[in-house]
Amino acid sequence: MTVNALAKEDFDPASVVTHDPVVRVEAISKHYGSVEALRSIDLQFERGKLTTLLGPSGCGKTTLLKIIAGLVPATSGQIIVNGRAVTGPGPERAFVFQDFALMPWATVLRNVGFGLELKGMAAAERNRIARRYIEEVGLQGFEDKYPHELSGGMRQRVGIARAFAVNADVLLLDEPFSAVDEQNRRKFQEDLLRLVEMERKTFIFVTHSIEEAVYVSDRIVLLSPRPGRVSNIIDPRIDRTANPDDIRRDPGYLDVVEEIWQGLRHYAE
Amino acid sequence: MTLFGYRIPMMASLIVWALIWEIVGQLDVIFLIPPMSAIIAAGFDLVQTNSWQNATLVTIRSFVIGMALAIGIGVPLGVMMGRVKIIDNIFGLWVNIFVSAPLSALVPVLMILFGMGEATIVVTVFLFAVWIIVLDARAGVMQVPASLVDMARSYGASQATIMRKIILVSALPEILAGIRIGVIRGVKGVVIGQILVAVIGYGELFELYSRSFDMERFWALTIVLFAAAMVLSAIVENAEKRIEYYAGAR
Repeated sequence: MTVNALAKEDFDPASVVTHDPVVRVEAISKHYGSVEALRSIDLQFERGKLTTLLGPSGCGKTTLLKIIAGLVPATSGQIIVNGRAVTGPGPERAFVFQDFALMPWATVLRNVGFGLELKGMAAAERNRIARRYIEEVGLQGFEDKYPHELSGGMRQRVGIARAFAVNADVLLLDEPFSAVDEQNRRKFQEDLLRLVEMERKTFIFVTHSIEEAVYVSDRIVLLSPRPGRVSNIIDPRIDRTANPDDIRRDPGYLDVVEEIWQGLRHYAE
Repeated sequence: MTLFGYRIPMMASLIVWALIWEIVGQLDVIFLIPPMSAIIAAGFDLVQTNSWQNATLVTIRSFVIGMALAIGIGVPLGVMMGRVKIIDNIFGLWVNIFVSAPLSALVPVLMILFGMGEATIVVTVFLFAVWIIVLDARAGVMQVPASLVDMARSYGASQATIMRKIILVSALPEILAGIRIGVIRGVKGVVIGQILVAVIGYGELFELYSRSFDMERFWALTIVLFAAAMVLSAIVENAEKRIEYYAGAR
């Protein structure tokens, strides 16, 4: 277990080594009118790893994720994906939304295949791929249901299957489990780890839950609020071969949770 | 509804009222209310006359053209207003004034502008129907969740595709609700227009019957009109029901 010392004013993100970065965030700043949401963020995201952006509300973590997704323009700085600067959404990135963003008029099958439909793929082909991912997220048998017939947890599985179906290199997840109840959340986190293992993709994950971040992440980027800056980068190095319940009781896991909490507590009212 | 354990069908109250009407009519209290049986007989008589059939044709034609214009202009305008702030600012005030304005007062002006013929009726139908269609389409577009639009963008959809596959589909329940109310207002528009112009379609007939105190035919014509308005509204409502499964679940 290696944990960097926490919450220092002089923390230098450049000191953190990242191999084979698939996404590079270079000097990104964002202003909303006179409000400074993000101040010169420099970050690199390693291919095949799950990196979490963690911070209190108002730290701009969702804004940063949306800038990486190309959904929100940055005021200055640039995003480089696979070595190319990007200014808008692209097929190498897929987004999972906090409120699921499912089309209520479309079945699970059409929702999951929607990314492929927009690419102009023929119906038979996209339905075949969609069915595969519906099965992978554990929703087989629900292909012809509509979103309102599903629970919150199942709806987010649809959102995740849709993101997987387009076969993007990078998956951007914006607090995907915040609208899911606690029991399902844990199950979800375990499923997410299984999918990370299986799909070998890069995940950028936004959450405000410290436990969730430590449990699922290879790397945690701590953001401080108003304006959002990188305040620390932590590699939890949790042994994920252990059984999930043992991980949650592991002293190393609990130590990281505690240290992050100590680093963030002065932001809490 | 059940009465003494028997299920009473929905239309039963209509029969009761028709019976009361019949009794009042048979008592010959005032000439304005002839017996219902006489009205119905006059109705069957009426629909076979040439004048009624011609009036109906003219009325339907004005109504259909006016409604087609109202929908064809109202829906795109409402959608644009919901999407583009500056268009909303330009038209918003006017739409809100006209949606609640007593438009019947404008018909005499329209007569001067468009003459004493069908054109005036078409414009009246259009003016009665279009504003609520605009407002409902605008409301429907404005409630489209931002994350759905973001979702389509993030998967590479063009603006045109977002409009077609997300915004219009998502706003469809409100657009249809607007069209249904527009249709009802359009029926009012066609009748009021014709009565005020008074030389075409049902307006001419109403004028003729009321002036000659032909109350049977007057009422028969009224009932035919009421029934037509209800049938039209029911048709659109039926179309609305088909898409309600997701409107209610949003």
